[in-house]
Amino acid sequence: MSRYRFLDTAGLIFLAVVLAMAVLIPASNLLLSPDHPLHVPDYLVPLLGKYLAFAMLALALDLVWGYCGILSLGHGAFFALGGYAMGMYLMRQIGPRGVYGNPVLPDFMVFLNYKELPWFWLGFDQFWFAAIMVVLVPGALAFCFGWLAFRSRVTGVYLSIITQALTFALMLAFFRNDMGFGGNNGMTDFKDILGFPVQAQGTRATLFALTALALCGAYLLSRWVVTSKLGKVVVAVRDAESRTRFIGYRVENYKLVVFTLSAMLAGIAGALYVPQVGIINPSEFAPANSIEAVIWVAVGGRGTLVGAALGAFLVNAGKTWFTGVMPEFWLFALGALFILTTLLMPKGIVGAVSDLLGLRRKSELPSVPPAAPAPPPAAAPAE
Amino acid sequence: MTTPIGGKLTNALLYLDNISVTFDGFKALNSLSLSIDQNEMRAIIGPNGAGKTTMMDVITGKTRPNGGTATFEGDKDLTKLDEASIAGLGIGRKFQTPTVFEMHTVEDNILLALKTDRRPFPVLFSKRTREEKERIDALLERVRLTGARHRKAGELSHGQKQWLEIGMLLAQEPKLLLVDEPAAGMTDQETADTADLLREIAKTASVVVVEHDMVFVRDLGVKVTCLHEGSVLAEGSLDAVSSNERVIEVYLGR
Repeated sequence: MSRYRFLDTAGLIFLAVVLAMAVLIPASNLLLSPDHPLHVPDYLVPLLGKYLAFAMLALALDLVWGYCGILSLGHGAFFALGGYAMGMYLMRQIGPRGVYGNPVLPDFMVFLNYKELPWFWLGFDQFWFAAIMVVLVPGALAFCFGWLAFRSRVTGVYLSIITQALTFALMLAFFRNDMGFGGNNGMTDFKDILGFPVQAQGTRATLFALTALALCGAYLLSRWVVTSKLGKVVVAVRDAESRTRFIGYRVENYKLVVFTLSAMLAGIAGALYVPQVGIINPSEFAPANSIEAVIWVAVGGRGTLVGAALGAFLVNAGKTWFTGVMPEFWLFALGALFILTTLLMPKGIVGAVSDLLGLRRKSELPSVPPAAPAPPPAAAPAE
Repeated sequence: MTTPIGGKLTNALLYLDNISVTFDGFKALNSLSLSIDQNEMRAIIGPNGAGKTTMMDVITGKTRPNGGTATFEGDKDLTKLDEASIAGLGIGRKFQTPTVFEMHTVEDNILLALKTDRRPFPVLFSKRTREEKERIDALLERVRLTGARHRKAGELSHGQKQWLEIGMLLAQEPKLLLVDEPAAGMTDQETADTADLLREIAKTASVVVVEHDMVFVRDLGVKVTCLHEGSVLAEGSLDAVSSNERVIEVYLGR
C-alpha cells in the first residue's frame, strides 16, 4: 500500500519535542529557583512562545504553498486579524482600569471622542465570541478572496502579488485612527485574560504551554489533511493543475478549502501571539512580515510541515540573536540565508536531512536493488 | 458514412456543428463539423495549426467557441460546461506530452482518476474501498504497470507515462476518450502495443485519436478525418483520404 503513514518519524520527533517543551519549559520556569542552571528565565518564556506562534503561522503557510503550490505573500494578514480579534477581547477586559477609567470604551476611543462602542466591538467582552472571531474573520476573508481569485484562475506570481496587495491594503486601513482599531498605536497595555493577569509568570507559562499544544494540534490537523485523499488531490493540483481539472476535479474548490483552512490556522497563531507579546498594531500587516514567513518555510523545508515549523523557530531565534548583536545586519543576513537556501538546499533543512538519511540507508543495504525497475511495456509478454 | 453531418443528433455520441474559434483574428476553427458515434474510433490527422488541439479544447471545455454547437449524447451542451463537469459526463482527455502526477505513486495516480465523488469534503473523508483496490489492480494490469505500482510516476519512462495516463483515463470510465498523439516518442513495439490497447478500449468507448504517425493510423485501421485550417478537408477510410488531391497537397505532400 502506498498510503502515507499518518505520522512519520519526523512527525513523531516533532510532536515529542514540542510536547516536551510544553511541559518542561513552564515547569522549569515556575518550579526551579532562578539560580538553578536549568532554570528558564522569565523573559525567555514569552519569547519562545512567540516562536511557537510563528511556527504555527509557518505550518499554515506550508499547507498552501508547500502542498497546494499557492505562494501567499499575505499570510501575515490572517495572522494579524486573529491577533486583532484577541486584542479586542483583551482591550475589553481592561474595563475601568484604563487611563481614562471608562468602563466600556478602551482608552484610544475616549481619546478620539467616541461616544459609544462601535458595533463591530460588540461581543468582544466575551471570550467565546472573540475565540470564534479569531477563526471566523481570517477564514471569511480568505474564503471571499480565494473564491474570487481561484474562480478567475489567478495563479502563480499574479496571485502572490494580489495577496501582497491584500495585506498592504489592510495595513493602510488599520493605520487609520477612524477605523476603530486603535490606529498606528494598535492595542496594548492588556491587563488580564480570562481573569488571569496577563503579565503574571504563571499566566505566561500557561500561554506558552497552550501555544505548544495548539501547534501540535495544528500539526496533527494539517498532517491529517495532507495524508488524506484530499491531500493527494491538492498535491496533484500543485504539480499538474490542468490534468487534475481534466480528470474532473474542480480545482478552485480544492484551493479554496486549503486556503481557508490555512487562514484559520494563521488566525489562531496570531491570537496566541498577542497576549504573549502584549501588543498588536498595524505593522503586523506589513508585507515584509509575510515575506519573512515565506523564508521560514523555505529554510525549514517546503512541503514537509515539520520543516516549516523548524524553520520559523530557527530563523526567529537567529533574528533575536542578530538584532541583539548587530541589528543593522539582520536584513542582510536574512537575504543571504534565503539565497543560500535556494542555491544549496532547495528542499530546506528537512529535505536535505532526509536526502542524507536516504543516501545512507541505500549504502547500508547494498543487497536491495534501488527501486527494482519494472519491465517496460514493450518487454511484457503479449496477452 | 454512417451518420451524415447534420443528420439525427441523437445517434451520435459527440456532435460538433459549425464550430468556430477565433484567437485575435486568427481562425483556429472555421465552421468545423464532426460527429462521432457510440463505440467508434476515429483518427484525426492534419498539418500543424489545422486546429486539432483547439478542437479538443472545445470538446473538453477549455476553450469556448465563438459560434456553433457542441453536444454530447445528443442533449448535453458542451459549450456551457466547465472542464470538471465535462469530465464528469464521461469525456477523458490525454495530452500530447504525458501529464501524470509525478510526485505520486503510480497507484495513487490511478486512485485519483477513479470515478468517484469529486467534491472536496467527500474526498477528504473518503477511504479506499475494496472495489477501488480491485479496480486499481485491474487497471494497472491492463496498462502493464503492476510491477511499478509503488514507484513515483516521475520515475517512469516516457512510454510508461503515456500508458499510465491512458490508465488514468480508463479509471474515469469514460464514454469518449480524446487521445492526443499517443505514439509520440514511443518505440515501434510500444506504438504497436498502444494501437492494440486503443482498439481494445474502443470496444466499450468511443475514441478520438489525433496522430501524425501515418503508420500508426494505418495500424488502427479506422475512419480518418483530415483537418486543415480549422475545418474538415476530407473524411473516410485512410486510403480514400490519403488519395484525396487536397489532402496530398496540404498534408501528405507529393
